[in-house]
Amino acid sequence: MRHAYTWGAILVIVITSVTGDVLLSHAMKSVGDVGELYRRTGLVQALGRILGNLNFVLGIVAMAAAFFSLLFALSWGDVSLVAPASASLTFVGNAVAARMFLNERVDRRRWIAAGLVACGVALLAG
Amino acid sequence: MTAQKYLVLAGVALFASAGDSLLSRGMKDIGGVSLHDLSALIVAVRNPWIILGILFLIAFFAAYMSALSWADLTYVLPATSIGYVVLALIAKFMLHEQVTMLRWVGILLISAGVSFVAGGPALTPRPERPASQDDALEPEHARSQS
Repeated sequence: MRHAYTWGAILVIVITSVTGDVLLSHAMKSVGDVGELYRRTGLVQALGRILGNLNFVLGIVAMAAAFFSLLFALSWGDVSLVAPASASLTFVGNAVAARMFLNERVDRRRWIAAGLVACGVALLAG
Repeated sequence: MTAQKYLVLAGVALFASAGDSLLSRGMKDIGGVSLHDLSALIVAVRNPWIILGILFLIAFFAAYMSALSWADLTYVLPATSIGYVVLALIAKFMLHEQVTMLRWVGILLISAGVSFVAGGPALTPRPERPASQDDALEPEHARSQS
């Protein structure tokens, strides 16, 4: 039963952080190259454009939810399971979500990279 | 991809690992924080290591957002995961933590993944961009940057 709770928490962490990454990536793509934007409009305008983006704000909220659910899970779950499992599943989840929602071309090179990094992170944190 | 953009990616990786290491160093001064006594966290944010760590994490977030504005999520994430390797090296040589054989294998796998993705294209080509964006961008600038 305790195991089910831990995996439930890992699922919540992965879903919230993938949601956050996808929303932030989508927001920054619609804002456009920030270096370009900064040179053209200056710092205040550029910041206003980013902070005024609804997806950016929602992305921050999702990231905060991911952070606090990780802290929460770490307070009673096994660190050696929760941290590596959520980090490496987030990598794979991001590749799937980027393909589905951001229409990124995730070619074989990127799948392999995501898989290798996910395995590496699992070993590193384990 | 210009040299400046590779620098931003390096910044994402380095700021994140430096920030995490500084937080880790600071939290060792504070000791364990229980969920029932969160007041310890208020003491934590007065610790110079923690303050520096938070500044580095803010820099990380700025660099990460900048990278996402001109590169795909599935490019930025693996490319900047070299930070995990940097973090392990900092943990070994500066925080004097044990880095086991299994972790070195993990470092090797991450490095392989990074080199795999970094050689590929950074951004999925999009033939049609929203009209409002095109109006705002100077066209020759937009093309030379991609």
